[in-house]
Amino acid sequence: MKVVAAMSGGVDSAVAAARAKEAGHDVTGIHLALSRNPKSYRTGARGCCTIEDANDARRAADVIGIPFYVWDLSDRFHTDVVEDFMDTYAAGQTPNPCLRCNEKIKFAAVLDRALALGFDAVATGHYATVVTSPTGDVELHRAVDGAKDQSYVLGVLDEQQLRHSLFPLGDTPKPQVREEAAARGLLVADKPDSHDICFVADGDNTGWLREKLGDRAPNQGGEIVDEATGTVLGQHTGTYGFTIGQRKGLRLGHPAPDGRPRYVLDIEPVSGTVTVGPRERLAVERLAGDRLRWCGTPLAPGTVLDGPDVTVQLRAHGAEHRAVVRVGTDRLEVELIDHASGIAPGQAVVVYDGTRVVGSATITVAQRVPT
Amino acid sequence: MEAVPTVYLDHAATTPITDVAVDAMTARLREVGNASSLHASGRRARRIVEESRETVAQALGCRPGEVVFTSGGTEADNLAVKGLFWSRREVDAARTRVLGTAVEHHAVLDPLEWLEEHEAATVELLPVDAAGRLRVESLQAAIERDPASVAMITVMWANNEVGTLQPIDEVVRLASAHGIPVHTDAVQAVGSVPVDFAASDVDALSISGHKVGGPQGVGALVVRREVDLTALLHGGGQERDVRSGTLDVPAIAGFAAAVEVAVKQQAELAARLVVLRDRLIEGVRSAVPDVVLNGDPVDRLPGNVHLSFPGCEGDSLLMLLDARGIECSTGSACSAGVPQPSHVLLAMGRDAAAARSSLRFSLGHTSTAADVDAVVAAIAPCVERARAARA
Repeated sequence: MKVVAAMSGGVDSAVAAARAKEAGHDVTGIHLALSRNPKSYRTGARGCCTIEDANDARRAADVIGIPFYVWDLSDRFHTDVVEDFMDTYAAGQTPNPCLRCNEKIKFAAVLDRALALGFDAVATGHYATVVTSPTGDVELHRAVDGAKDQSYVLGVLDEQQLRHSLFPLGDTPKPQVREEAAARGLLVADKPDSHDICFVADGDNTGWLREKLGDRAPNQGGEIVDEATGTVLGQHTGTYGFTIGQRKGLRLGHPAPDGRPRYVLDIEPVSGTVTVGPRERLAVERLAGDRLRWCGTPLAPGTVLDGPDVTVQLRAHGAEHRAVVRVGTDRLEVELIDHASGIAPGQAVVVYDGTRVVGSATITVAQRVPT
Repeated sequence: MEAVPTVYLDHAATTPITDVAVDAMTARLREVGNASSLHASGRRARRIVEESRETVAQALGCRPGEVVFTSGGTEADNLAVKGLFWSRREVDAARTRVLGTAVEHHAVLDPLEWLEEHEAATVELLPVDAAGRLRVESLQAAIERDPASVAMITVMWANNEVGTLQPIDEVVRLASAHGIPVHTDAVQAVGSVPVDFAASDVDALSISGHKVGGPQGVGALVVRREVDLTALLHGGGQERDVRSGTLDVPAIAGFAAAVEVAVKQQAELAARLVVLRDRLIEGVRSAVPDVVLNGDPVDRLPGNVHLSFPGCEGDSLLMLLDARGIECSTGSACSAGVPQPSHVLLAMGRDAAAARSSLRFSLGHTSTAADVDAVVAAIAPCVERARAARA
């Protein structure tokens, strides 16, 4: 196959590209330029959007022995990922830009361009596995390395996207990937893993949002209110600084009557009210979501997933919760057998059956356990 | 992957080194000697440098003492722009304006921008017409608005992207009426069109080794003896006290040998390249009828073919051609690997999409009709693919 290997400049995508080549594919390395002004994005070697990262990717391609190009996807990235990130915060919700980037950029804009240019597939360094069943159905599964598994952020890929995706690292634990990189002479072998959000340069989410949202911020501040008593406990400068389940940085003037820490329970973007309460009030028993994505054959409305191995995952590297999942018309209802805590609308619920990723939805409602 | 024969059509980026240059360089590489040393080995090295200087001077129509060897075209441009600005302003603090064109190479544009930010210079980048040629009347107006405040003028001899030749004689005529020094970046011109320093009457001229069949990493600023320059590099003062650094004797020897041959063979090469160039333009046009030739159709470098392919990303085309062994350029500066639409095409009035749809094929001394025919044979399917990729 002719394969485009998306190379971020990190160790995983470099080894993935090397393995794709070794498997006999005709591989071309691509680095995605996602910022028009790379200096404005993350500096240092932690992310994937700096000039240094582009150079690392280029050097890795040299060592592997494949052609290398930079594809400018900065416009699409800004529209589909950065704007979506801001809009979601503006709506008082908590987005996951990595999922959006996979859905709209890596396995859409890049894949479409690659297919049009005569390639057959896109390879990335994600830790996940694509399996074709005996009946020819394509399935996405968790990676062997549970700690590194990234199937959650791939839960937005549909059947066609999966058919053109290669994840050469799905069967390998991360430490082994680093060893392999070193053995292959890739200098990125000991480069630190990327964390946080690539386009927030210093990791200061709230500061970035304050600057970028400007007039689009849903509010410029409001009250922090105790759920039980209705007492105003403090003021804040914008709801986008909060996410449900957050404990730190509330700066409440009054201690709670029981002396226990309080957590963000609810965010009201229009009034700017942030409601707080004790930890047990974060417990969520039901979820609803929209923007359904099926990783394989779509499930018809009315389908109920209630098998013993059905679980949902609610954040990257989060726990698995046993659940009963009901499919509606562009709506998913999830009954959590294992309650979850601190779930924010905007995040993704990814449905698994055993290790297989069934699909995903974007959480619209997180219904807390009644008192 | 199977090896494909290379069709190299990026001579404006760098052209293959000539045998005479390799011979001249390699003859020096095993010799010891710092050209500034006083003993016999030093004198031998110095002799090579001075013979090279005389060769370059002979080829470019200047006096040997007017040749300042540099590390290449970028250093020559920096030295000319900053050096002239500083020395002229030192004499008269009112001289703070610098005039250039909007289509200069980044080796000129970026020093200008730096002077603006750090030295309170006022930089005026004058407009060009749709072919990329300086609008001389705008230069005249800019000078006459306040001639005493102009520190210097810099106008490239030929544009590196679209190949358009600039009206240097008219620039010099306007400038000399007010005693304003003129610098020209002739990096793309030497060896391609006739360049005579003395006859041109410019005050400073940049040239690069590897664009004329010499080695990379060496070049020169030709600057009139009576023109004062403020130094950029301070140290041993090796080159007329305006450029310090131990002279790279082998590179200078190779550079001089290449310049000599390039200038001697210029007319013959140009005549040959014009035929290949026009064959390439016509061939591509018959394969892709809506292709647009950028730059002046006649008054352009003999080896330059700059084309826009509507509906394509130049990046996609470059990659598809590269996979077929055809090497060309999108002609855009991309320091971070992030392609920006060409400032040259934007200055010519094209929009960003048109700018991004462009490719530069540049022919040189090793180009053949077979190279041209390979492009003509490959271009239509590549354009079709690239268009689909953008849809």
